[in-house]
Amino acid sequence: MNETFAKPELVCPAGTPAALRTAVDAGADAVYCGLANETNARNFAGLNFTPQALEQSIAYAHDRGAKVLLAVNSFATSPRAQLWFDAVDLAARLRADAVIVADIGVASYAVSRYPGLRLHLSVQAGASSPEAIRYYCEEFGISRVVLPRILTVPEIDAIHREIPCEIEAFVFGNIGMMAEGRCSLTNYVTGVSTNMNGVCSPASDVRYVEHSDGSTAATLGDFEIDCYAAEEKTGYPTICKGRYMRPGREEPYYAFEEPVSLNLSALLPDLVRAGVSALKIEGRQRSRSYVHSVVSAYRRAVDDVAAGRTPDLSTLAMLTEGGKQTQGAYATKKWR
Amino acid sequence: MAKPQLTMGPVLFHWSAEQKRDFWFRVADEAPVDVAYLGEVICSKRTPFFDSHLPEVAERLIAGGKKVVWVTMAEVLSKLDRNTVSGMIVLEGAEIEANDSSALSRLSGRPHRIGQYFNVYNELAMEHLARNGACHFTLPVELPAGSFSTLAATAHKLGAGMEVQIFGRVGLALSARCYHARAHGRTKDNCLFVCENDPDGMDLKTHSGAPFLSINGIQTLSHRFLNLSREVGELKEIGVTAFRLSPHSCDMIAVSRLYRELLDERVTADETDNRLVELGVRQPMMNGFFHAKPGFERVAAHASGE
Repeated sequence: MNETFAKPELVCPAGTPAALRTAVDAGADAVYCGLANETNARNFAGLNFTPQALEQSIAYAHDRGAKVLLAVNSFATSPRAQLWFDAVDLAARLRADAVIVADIGVASYAVSRYPGLRLHLSVQAGASSPEAIRYYCEEFGISRVVLPRILTVPEIDAIHREIPCEIEAFVFGNIGMMAEGRCSLTNYVTGVSTNMNGVCSPASDVRYVEHSDGSTAATLGDFEIDCYAAEEKTGYPTICKGRYMRPGREEPYYAFEEPVSLNLSALLPDLVRAGVSALKIEGRQRSRSYVHSVVSAYRRAVDDVAAGRTPDLSTLAMLTEGGKQTQGAYATKKWR
Repeated sequence: MAKPQLTMGPVLFHWSAEQKRDFWFRVADEAPVDVAYLGEVICSKRTPFFDSHLPEVAERLIAGGKKVVWVTMAEVLSKLDRNTVSGMIVLEGAEIEANDSSALSRLSGRPHRIGQYFNVYNELAMEHLARNGACHFTLPVELPAGSFSTLAATAHKLGAGMEVQIFGRVGLALSARCYHARAHGRTKDNCLFVCENDPDGMDLKTHSGAPFLSINGIQTLSHRFLNLSREVGELKEIGVTAFRLSPHSCDMIAVSRLYRELLDERVTADETDNRLVELGVRQPMMNGFFHAKPGFERVAAHASGE
């Protein structure tokens, strides 16, 4: 491989201030995080940032040349919408490098109050076509779009030619099957919403029930999302990763997707060639050691690719969900 | 206060062209609905089957005194999706309901509607869209009563209509992958239209046999049917102007007559519920989202929302 590339930005997750420092130290160009409330799509107990922690974390990152992007990417819900607008105020006051938004109300607020504030369009906005992305660019001056994980590399390349903003693409981590920002499955089962409360399959509604035959059911609210035989490893009951029965097929099957993780390390050169200028690692809910391993490995890989070397990413396979990994939609349309 | 409107939402499922045509003809001739939403929301591969029937169906609906609104697709990805949306938008004089942001930039400056698949959760979003010409909003199905009332006040201030689905399975999620095709070991590109066998969706049950969800191509729906018979009074009071029925294979003419009577306060909610049972509508039904409870739940007595 002799070809060299413009080096893409490596965008890494931080669920805690400690994870943020770890990501910065491991070579993240930018770290994204959220406040400890409903204003972002990873509103999990014990996770995320107080305003004070955010201020200190931004200082830590900026001192080391890294950016901090604040995700305000759930949907501001009346009559509580002020909570989301307050988050935008905070990002502007603390000089976050960008705010990641999905909601038209939040974007509209940000652009009218802080014309200089850089906006990224969250994957939660589900903008999957050039027309959709251009709409957000024209209306709100979006600088970068985070693409949904449903496009092939050639499709990303085609979109890149038709839009006036940068592209950020997910390259590693958990892969949800539903279009982001358009899934009410959790609310259907638990009464808390992914869009309105930033919650997906909340741990408070999860129960594991052992049956007399040795199998273990993983339930969310009133529903059995999966049931594991005695010799099977149990998983977390995320609705879109469960096994269900359909008429004519009484053996439960993964109706949506198997529990696999996205790993696009082998496609990095293709992605950069297709116009992706920022590579995003999923996992704000993950531990510091996970963040350290993945960010370090991707730091080396991006540097290798930029220098025309073949990256070695064998260590990453161990970090994927259940050890199973996929290139998802990126490699082939057959995924659909 | 103007008389509350009753509307017939788009057919979400892949019914045969004849079934769809006959359905809309009957709606045109017999259903007491004010508005009919025409067009494919879920899968652009289905559109060629019915495109040639659309003009006669629209004509018949208009002759029957219905307003015709054309819907755009909920998820726009492929070239065919994009062409389907553009083809709809260039229809001269047509009122469009946008269900995805890709339709919006081309509708700017022209009166249009915002559909239930587009996320409008707050008044600022509503105001922004209204500035570009949005004049009617059908709100996301998961919103609780407390949000409806704030948004209804904003819609009223903007002179916009506000619509809420009150009957039928509820769309819970969209995906790029076709789960109908997947269930039969196929992919979206070689699906052979296996979704045509499930006029109300393909039911999914849990391991323990509990009915759970329903699949319609790339869409995941509730297994239960929504029924806001008990909530209609409150919705009218807070200023909701239109009430949507989502079509199913049951007798939708009878269903529409029933809800018209309910809106006109000629039957009670209890009578409505009993008659839905007689009509063979799947039980139990759901109303949880309105009450800020798990969506699938049936909240029996009136309980106030969030």
